[in-house]
Amino acid sequence: MDEEITLSDLENIANRLRLHVIEMTYAAHSGHPGGSLSAADMMAALYFKFLRHDPSNPQWEDRDRFVLSKGHVAPILYAALAEAGYFPVEDLITLRQMGSKLQGHPVRGKVPGVEMSTGSLGQGLSMACGIALAGKMDGKDYRTVCMLGDGELQEGQNWEAAMFARQAGLTNLIAIVDRNRLQITGDTEGAVGLEPLPEKWKAFGWNVIIIDGHNMRQILEALDKAAAAKARPTVIIMKTVKGKGVSFMENNAGFHGKACNDEEQAKAVEELRAVIQ
Amino acid sequence: MTGEKLAQRNYYGKALAELAMENPNVVVMDADLAGSTKTSDFQKVCPERFVEVGIAESNMIGIAAGLAASGKIVFASTFGVFATGRCWEQIRLGVAYPRLNVKIVATHCGISVGEDGASHQALEDIAIMRSLPNMVVIAPADAYEAFAATKALAAYDGPAYMRMGRADFPTILEPDMEFEIGKATVLREGEDVTIVGCGQMVSSCLEAADFLAIEGINAEVINMSTIKPLDTETLISSVTKTGCCVTAEEHSIIGGLGSAVAEALCDSVAVPLERIGTKDTFGESGKPADLMVKYGLTASDIIAAAKKAISRRM
Repeated sequence: MDEEITLSDLENIANRLRLHVIEMTYAAHSGHPGGSLSAADMMAALYFKFLRHDPSNPQWEDRDRFVLSKGHVAPILYAALAEAGYFPVEDLITLRQMGSKLQGHPVRGKVPGVEMSTGSLGQGLSMACGIALAGKMDGKDYRTVCMLGDGELQEGQNWEAAMFARQAGLTNLIAIVDRNRLQITGDTEGAVGLEPLPEKWKAFGWNVIIIDGHNMRQILEALDKAAAAKARPTVIIMKTVKGKGVSFMENNAGFHGKACNDEEQAKAVEELRAVIQ
Repeated sequence: MTGEKLAQRNYYGKALAELAMENPNVVVMDADLAGSTKTSDFQKVCPERFVEVGIAESNMIGIAAGLAASGKIVFASTFGVFATGRCWEQIRLGVAYPRLNVKIVATHCGISVGEDGASHQALEDIAIMRSLPNMVVIAPADAYEAFAATKALAAYDGPAYMRMGRADFPTILEPDMEFEIGKATVLREGEDVTIVGCGQMVSSCLEAADFLAIEGINAEVINMSTIKPLDTETLISSVTKTGCCVTAEEHSIIGGLGSAVAEALCDSVAVPLERIGTKDTFGESGKPADLMVKYGLTASDIIAAAKKAISRRM
């Protein structure tokens, strides 16, 4: 949204979002920090550079839409929405508390900026297809972006949606796969393997862009390339590190759905504060 | 007293074709069964707002949710078993929870699907859809009501499920009837027993009432075409008068209309209740009429149930 924002600004925002995630999940004594941290750089790029949106008018009909299919990483979405100005940053600390708008998984209609209710894996891409299809029907030029976890690609509905998107010519749809390689069980390839993943998407008729999901320049280039695609829907497979930015969480499946204890919290906050300008 | 036999799905198709002209926001979806569900009638006149998803019901519901979130009034159709059971959790998360404007309209519900057998005979759909918060559940009594209900659903902003049968059923209502969601209608007044039906069983309820009258028993017949929200006012006012009740549905007695009525009676006037429906069993292949007899879904079964309900009251 801001043309002048620099790569280092975006990297700094990503780390601020990470700190929010750590503080929110610590306060809630629960939540999903690992996959939130792996997605942080992309979320910063989306909400502070790529998406055409207006936090003061969440219902703006020409806005770009974002669907978080991996709904368990709600903390990173809430952090991005709050920092972007959809609601006060102070509200973030109410995550997962009774009566809070910030439910454990995102709920449409409860939080400004949340487009769809998600949290049960494998459904977001279908929803995003519907939004993109409505855009085509109405002759609108908004883009629809859907972020998927890699593990959730084990859900067959994703591939129903992938087939449909190609058939319906949804060139206004961008899927992003957060390829951090870890699910609750451990390595995705040890659970039910996803590779060769790029070939699968290609076979389903999609453009495939593979990037380092922690390289801001690559993220922005990939988004621009995806937005310019005219013939097919595009998937960006971003190779990431689960828990990125907090040393003891990195590549640790144990922090998929667990918040820090007191000691871990102090260390995580210290590490993140050290890199935030 | 009953009119010509017509298929509800044909009138669903007619209503959709009219809606294509009346409302530019209506979008119709199907999962490879448009010719059977009659959504093809909409497709013919409005191909640009018809969405074929292929054999992928879960995906259909997700897409429907996305379309509705973008301002569309979505009708998504397939057979009852697939429209509800195959994608129940997609409906729960994507449609019911955010209260989106998606109408799931199923054909081929009930045992009268016939020869296709149990895999295709939806006998649990009312139960599982009724359990979802925000969900309206409708089972129109005949083709005319199916037409009117389709129009009413297009005007209603919220999630709904409507079930219809496959076969031609006797028409019992007026072709130009008005339909109001949540409003039951008393089709025949009586003071000895209340008979509440939905779907094609309503015509059997009326037939049963005719026979009961010959024996001097005056049955009140209610068409409870909206099962959720249940019109408890009409129900309670009737059973307060009659003191006993029978329900009739082409659905399992577990979780359907009979259960909804039992819940309402428990909450206020606990009169004796007899439930006609399939008895915790799957169906099988066969001729529809033969299956209706074998599974206890005829006017004779309703007559026997009415007499039993009356005897339990005394």
